[in-house]
Amino acid sequence: MTVHSFQQHFDDLIDREITIEPKDWMPDDYRKTLVRQISQHAHSEIIGMLPEGNWISRAPSLRRKAVLLAKVQDEAGHGLYLYSAAETLGVSRDELYNQLHTGKAKYSSIFNYPTLTWADMGAIGWLVDGAAIMNQVPLCRASYGPYARAMVRVCKEESFHQRQGFEIMLTLSHGAEIQKKMAQDAFNRWWWPSLMMFGPPDAESPHTEQSVRWRIKRLTNDELRQKFVDVTVEQAKVLGLDVPDKDLKWNEERGHYDFGAINWEEFWNVVKGNGPCNKQRLETRKKAWEDGQWVRDAAMAYAGKRKERKMNEVKAA
Amino acid sequence: MEKQLNKSEWPLWEVFIRSKAGLDHKHAGSLHAADEKMAIENARDVYTRRMEGVSIWVVESRFIHASDPGESESLYDPASDKIYRHPTFYNLPDEVKYM
Repeated sequence: MTVHSFQQHFDDLIDREITIEPKDWMPDDYRKTLVRQISQHAHSEIIGMLPEGNWISRAPSLRRKAVLLAKVQDEAGHGLYLYSAAETLGVSRDELYNQLHTGKAKYSSIFNYPTLTWADMGAIGWLVDGAAIMNQVPLCRASYGPYARAMVRVCKEESFHQRQGFEIMLTLSHGAEIQKKMAQDAFNRWWWPSLMMFGPPDAESPHTEQSVRWRIKRLTNDELRQKFVDVTVEQAKVLGLDVPDKDLKWNEERGHYDFGAINWEEFWNVVKGNGPCNKQRLETRKKAWEDGQWVRDAAMAYAGKRKERKMNEVKAA
Repeated sequence: MEKQLNKSEWPLWEVFIRSKAGLDHKHAGSLHAADEKMAIENARDVYTRRMEGVSIWVVESRFIHASDPGESESLYDPASDKIYRHPTFYNLPDEVKYM
């Protein structure tokens, strides 16, 4: 087959909604875009453990602590599913880590905000995981097999994350006045960054069209953001909390909520590395990796010795 | 650079999980581990946090050989015209039961 017919065959599979698998021919740009998208998501899961890890030792009860531990462990798992999916595209795990540690690869900007109170654990689960689910569910039907399968696994597990967050918010918002205030404060701080999680407006997202064509993005940033606003505003009513947006209004004609302007200057500033916690997050991650070097080396040395001993036993027998 | 980075990387393993007794092991994904014992322990932590399995197989990825999708046509061609291998190929009178 010529490159032209390879391309034609690939386009045909995409059009017929047939899944692309690791050994299939694929255009370089498709491969590159996927590596970037999947690894960015994996990095977000790994860095995403840090803001919540901050509260494990200070969780208000044993139940909350066990739940938070399980959630953070899930995030490690999600990172691993996604790294393996990226590796099927021919990039090594070490290279992916290297891209994260040198700042070449990005992760979701939301994790560069600090977790100041226990209510932030509720707001993150409810809003940040809620936004993530909204983003991820359509990706269970992505065109690249290993990616889609990883997303199915992630989505199955993610729903507990959002529910536990909402439960924290519900408990606080129906608790003492000071608890309700704490919940409202967390809501105020996490609402806008959560809306930014869907990425820049469609008009400023030049790759959307190609990604939708490749079925590695199924809905646009603005479509997902609107969906998120519509469902979350209703949930906030159950909590009895106020959405921190004075322009928020139901639009009868559109059948959607209109909402206020997003501060994109803040978004790009955090992406560029100037958020409240960018430096701290990356340093914590790098330190964990470097401090673990001797463990990785020791495990390899031990595995080598065991193998050698086994071979000697076989020889002696 | 890439090669040097890879030197310290733990080998890659493919993980297969039997979800319950009586079913086949099914590919679940892959992970890195220093040896087979660690691969099984990591597979438990990564792929069976919600009791998804009763048995785990791990195989170092480099030992897996796969067919080439580019040769699919010739590889599966011999089977494509032998519809007489399927029971529906045969016409039987309606009064024949249990066959």
